[in-house]
Amino acid sequence: MPADPKPHAVVLEARSLVKRFGAVTAVDGISVEIRAGEVTAILGPSGSGKSTLLRCLNFLEVPDSGEVIFQGQRVRARDRDLDALRSRVGMVFQQFNLFPHLRVWENVALGPRVILGLPAAAARERALGFLARVGLSDKADSHPLQLSGGQQQRAAIARALAMEPVALLFDEPTSALDPELTGEVLSVMRALAAEGMTMAVVTHEVAFARAVSHQVVFMDAGRVVLRGTPAEVIDSPANERAARFFSRPGA
Amino acid sequence: MIGPDGRLNSGNAGRLSRAPWWLLVLALGGTVFAWRAATSELYGDILMRILSGLGVTLAVTAVAFPLAIGLGLATALGLVSPSPVRRNLATLYVQVARGVPILVQIFIVAFVLVPLGVEALKWGSGGTGFLATLRPSDVPMGARVVAALVCAYGAFEAETVRGGLTSLSRGQAEAARALGLTQRQALRHVLLPQTFRRILPTLGNDLISLLKDSSLVSVLGVRDVTQEARLYASATFRYTESLTLLALLYLALTLLLALGVKGLEHRYRRHAS
Ligand SMILES: Nc1ncnc2c1ncn2[C@@H]1O[C@H](COP(=O)(O)OP(=O)(O)OP(=O)(O)O)[C@@H](O)[C@H]1O
Ligand SMILES: [Mg+2]
Repeated sequence: MPADPKPHAVVLEARSLVKRFGAVTAVDGISVEIRAGEVTAILGPSGSGKSTLLRCLNFLEVPDSGEVIFQGQRVRARDRDLDALRSRVGMVFQQFNLFPHLRVWENVALGPRVILGLPAAAARERALGFLARVGLSDKADSHPLQLSGGQQQRAAIARALAMEPVALLFDEPTSALDPELTGEVLSVMRALAAEGMTMAVVTHEVAFARAVSHQVVFMDAGRVVLRGTPAEVIDSPANERAARFFSRPGA
Repeated sequence: MIGPDGRLNSGNAGRLSRAPWWLLVLALGGTVFAWRAATSELYGDILMRILSGLGVTLAVTAVAFPLAIGLGLATALGLVSPSPVRRNLATLYVQVARGVPILVQIFIVAFVLVPLGVEALKWGSGGTGFLATLRPSDVPMGARVVAALVCAYGAFEAETVRGGLTSLSRGQAEAARALGLTQRQALRHVLLPQTFRRILPTLGNDLISLLKDSSLVSVLGVRDVTQEARLYASATFRYTESLTLLALLYLALTLLLALGVKGLEHRYRRHAS
């Protein structure tokens, strides 16, 4: 296993990424650095390309141009590179995407068993350990669809954590949840941030971003229009578009 | 038909009206014939004769079905492949096999493809060894018939598997790949298990169709239940009795299969999305 990156070393980097869908340029030449031990929050209005940027980082969308650098190595859209990148960088989706045919613990154990080659018993052990960390020990034997949305999302986080990733990508992890369920997911994410997990989080939860993130990236129309600390970007944005976004009610 | 609550078949919620009367009628008919078979020598005779072909009918079905699913799976992966060569080959096969009647496919496989294949094997062996002495007549009709049924049903199963695979939400494949599973691992552990749970009802129907279509093997003289009934009838002119018993036997088999499939479905239904 590679040595742990130095504090604040760049784990994952996008350089001049461009992604088009037909006539729409969803990501228009974006460069970002996801630094070790930091939370990078990606904010911006709907349709500004946040998801597309995040998905380009692990090639769920293949960028049209630009580079993705993972731990100093350029990643190309070849299966072997991708599988290596993906098994080291976890992803959490808005719709959870748990595997409904597997029990909750089997969802979490699948990666360690199939990808990392752990024996079945060790994989189960590991799965139960991560389920305990997200507070789902009692749901290990349930099927995903028997869980509430918040529980499903925590299980999905455990599934990503079980690969012991060097970074986690979150695409609006609480947007599909009822307001009273977002808290339990955000508190799991807060705990991860406090432990120094490297995370990139696309979110509409401005308060969460302000409290947890080290770096805020504000996007509009496929471009990064503002970046900096939460204080710089959220509290006193030096950009008219961002100022309007953060002054809307509820932000 | 569509009730005020928007449900098909609504109203008539009474227990009597929901009872499976059709099954009762069938069971009564079956009992009458079973009783005749047990008491009348003629019926007993016909039944024993037909049952002597049961092994062949079941064997043809039991061998052809898993092979057809295997062929269908491979073809379905071709249908959704990014490679234009694979996609077009798979489509070509599906379109041809679906567009030609099964009976015609049986004749073509039995009398054209098998002899051609044997010739090709001989040619390929360079005139030495076991293959050189192989003759088309060495390939039993039973095997030819199974090959033809696999060819015909492989196309149906390909469409079924493809339909199931593409009905899964894209998020499933994304989550699997994002986790780091390779394409093959994602199929094996995430996509195909869900696909098969989803298409179970269709597969059950196809199995029942295949069991019925296995009667076509009689045209090649393979002695399944249909062939035995035909032989008996033409020798004794007992057409009514033979054919009725034959039909009842098929009905019993298909109903049994339908029940088994229902049971399986029930087991898997609960946790499928
Ligand atoms: N698969 C796709 N095909 C076509 N267009 C797409 C696709 N995915 C995204 N787009 C377009 O790209 C642009 C950016 O979309 P993206 O989903 O990245 O925005 P977002 O910032 O995540 O928005 P939201 O906050 O609503 O999730 C939008 O105009 C969207 O319509
Ligand atoms: Mg989005």
